[in-house]
Amino acid sequence: MLRLWIAHGACAAARLPYGGLLVILFDRVTKLYASQQRPALDELSLEIEKGEFVFLVGPSGSGKSTFLRLILREEAPTRGSVWVAGKDLGKLSNWKIPALRRQIGTVFQDFRLLPNKTVAENVAFALEVIGKPKSHIKKVVPEVLEVVGLDGKELRRPDELSGGEQQRVAIARAFVNRPMLLIADEPTGNLDPGTSVGIMKLLDRINRLGTTVVMSTHDSAIVDQMRRRVIELEGGHLVRDQSRGVYGYAR
Amino acid sequence: MRVQFVASEVGSGLRRNLTMTLAVIITVAVSLGLFGASLLVRAQVSTMKDFWYDKVEVSIFLCGKGSDTPSCSGGPVTDAQRDQIEADLESLKPIVESIYYESKAEAYERFKEQFKNSPIVDNVSQGALPESFRVKLSDPTKYDVVASAFAGRPGIEQVNDQRQILDKFFRLLGGLQLIALLIAISMLIVTVLLIVNTMRVAAFSRRRETSIMRLVGASNFYIQLPFLLEAAFAAGAGAILAIGTLVLTKAVIIDGVLAPSFQFTAFVGWDAVVTIAPLMLITGVLLAGLAAFFTLRKYLRV
Repeated sequence: MLRLWIAHGACAAARLPYGGLLVILFDRVTKLYASQQRPALDELSLEIEKGEFVFLVGPSGSGKSTFLRLILREEAPTRGSVWVAGKDLGKLSNWKIPALRRQIGTVFQDFRLLPNKTVAENVAFALEVIGKPKSHIKKVVPEVLEVVGLDGKELRRPDELSGGEQQRVAIARAFVNRPMLLIADEPTGNLDPGTSVGIMKLLDRINRLGTTVVMSTHDSAIVDQMRRRVIELEGGHLVRDQSRGVYGYAR
Repeated sequence: MRVQFVASEVGSGLRRNLTMTLAVIITVAVSLGLFGASLLVRAQVSTMKDFWYDKVEVSIFLCGKGSDTPSCSGGPVTDAQRDQIEADLESLKPIVESIYYESKAEAYERFKEQFKNSPIVDNVSQGALPESFRVKLSDPTKYDVVASAFAGRPGIEQVNDQRQILDKFFRLLGGLQLIALLIAISMLIVTVLLIVNTMRVAAFSRRRETSIMRLVGASNFYIQLPFLLEAAFAAGAGAILAIGTLVLTKAVIIDGVLAPSFQFTAFVGWDAVVTIAPLMLITGVLLAGLAAFFTLRKYLRV
């Protein structure tokens, strides 16, 4: 599925000291929105390897959301190229976008569950709409609910669950298809600190199962505690890229 | 799995949007009904033309005592003039198919027969009606040949083409058909707009589902299919209602009421209904499908 990025060309390979497997590559990416003068991302270049756990930090409007939207191909860059899972998204035709998104799980601050479906149905929905057979769904949905610690709550509806449990359902839905990349957009933004720790443990576990995790957050306690790679954006620029980093120096 | 899932999505979509679905069904039924009716009127006109054009004649009325047209200034038609006209008509064969002479007495008999229940018969005396030649043409459109040869000739009061009277009637029917067609077209436009709006509301009310579908990588086809099927279902139901009305019109109104009371003319047969019905169905489903497709392209993009 992933291919060596040497194939991308001498230029990219030169900036890649270890020549490892990349999940995400941003090559001088600029994103301009029609309504704004200042670019949301300005000549941003960075790489994320397979199996990494990356925190994306920075103030609101620093370009975090744009970064995540570009990975999902919800937006196209104005200049530069975005590579995900070995594919140049700029050269990806529209009808291949769903195939890209099937390899990416997504979790949001506001959970985005379907209120009229049960926990199990919410997770199964993600498989039904990509045409997975019923037998497969019956098998994997209980499995993933056990991974996220929701076994026994299959028949509850979202409004009967706590915020943390709802986010676990969302993570189960994002993870049920075993994506190679999980994007989490402030997943603990609506949760209290204790619940957040549980969610982070779950994301860490998913990361250890081999899924690359990119998580945007404003939660300094979590970043400082986990000591993973930290990418800091400000005004569309990369201002810090630190392995085993903390949330910020002067905050 | 796919089929069952899509079917349940379509079902819940239709139930959630019940009022809009009903509105679409009714507008589709009314607009397609009008569309079908206008096609039926056209078929009726063509049936009547076939029926009547075979029977129409050109009448050449000869001068009588009271005639006051310039060509009759020489008084009533003379025997020599009458024979000459007949001979000239014979020479026009094969344009002229057959010639029949109707005397004053025969004209009076025919008049009495036609108006036997009317008091007008008592006011018309035998001899007041003109004698005439009834000419049947091999091609009814060749009336001009006869008219130019005989109109204004001494001894001939008037040359009459029954087809012209019929044409006025057919033009009236054609006008009605055109009006029905125009109303049908504007109704079809209204239908398209309504479907576009319905789809927009449906897409909005299901934006949670569709946004999740997009995120987890459902194909465009899979996201749009339930909406397309809903539109097609509503349009199909409307079309079936319209076709049912058309069939009822043919069976009850045309065959049951009109045909027995107006036996002098022919009415459209079931073959016309059989041709028009699929046309209505195709028009309805196609319009709805197109409207939905373009709306969804706009509102449910990847």
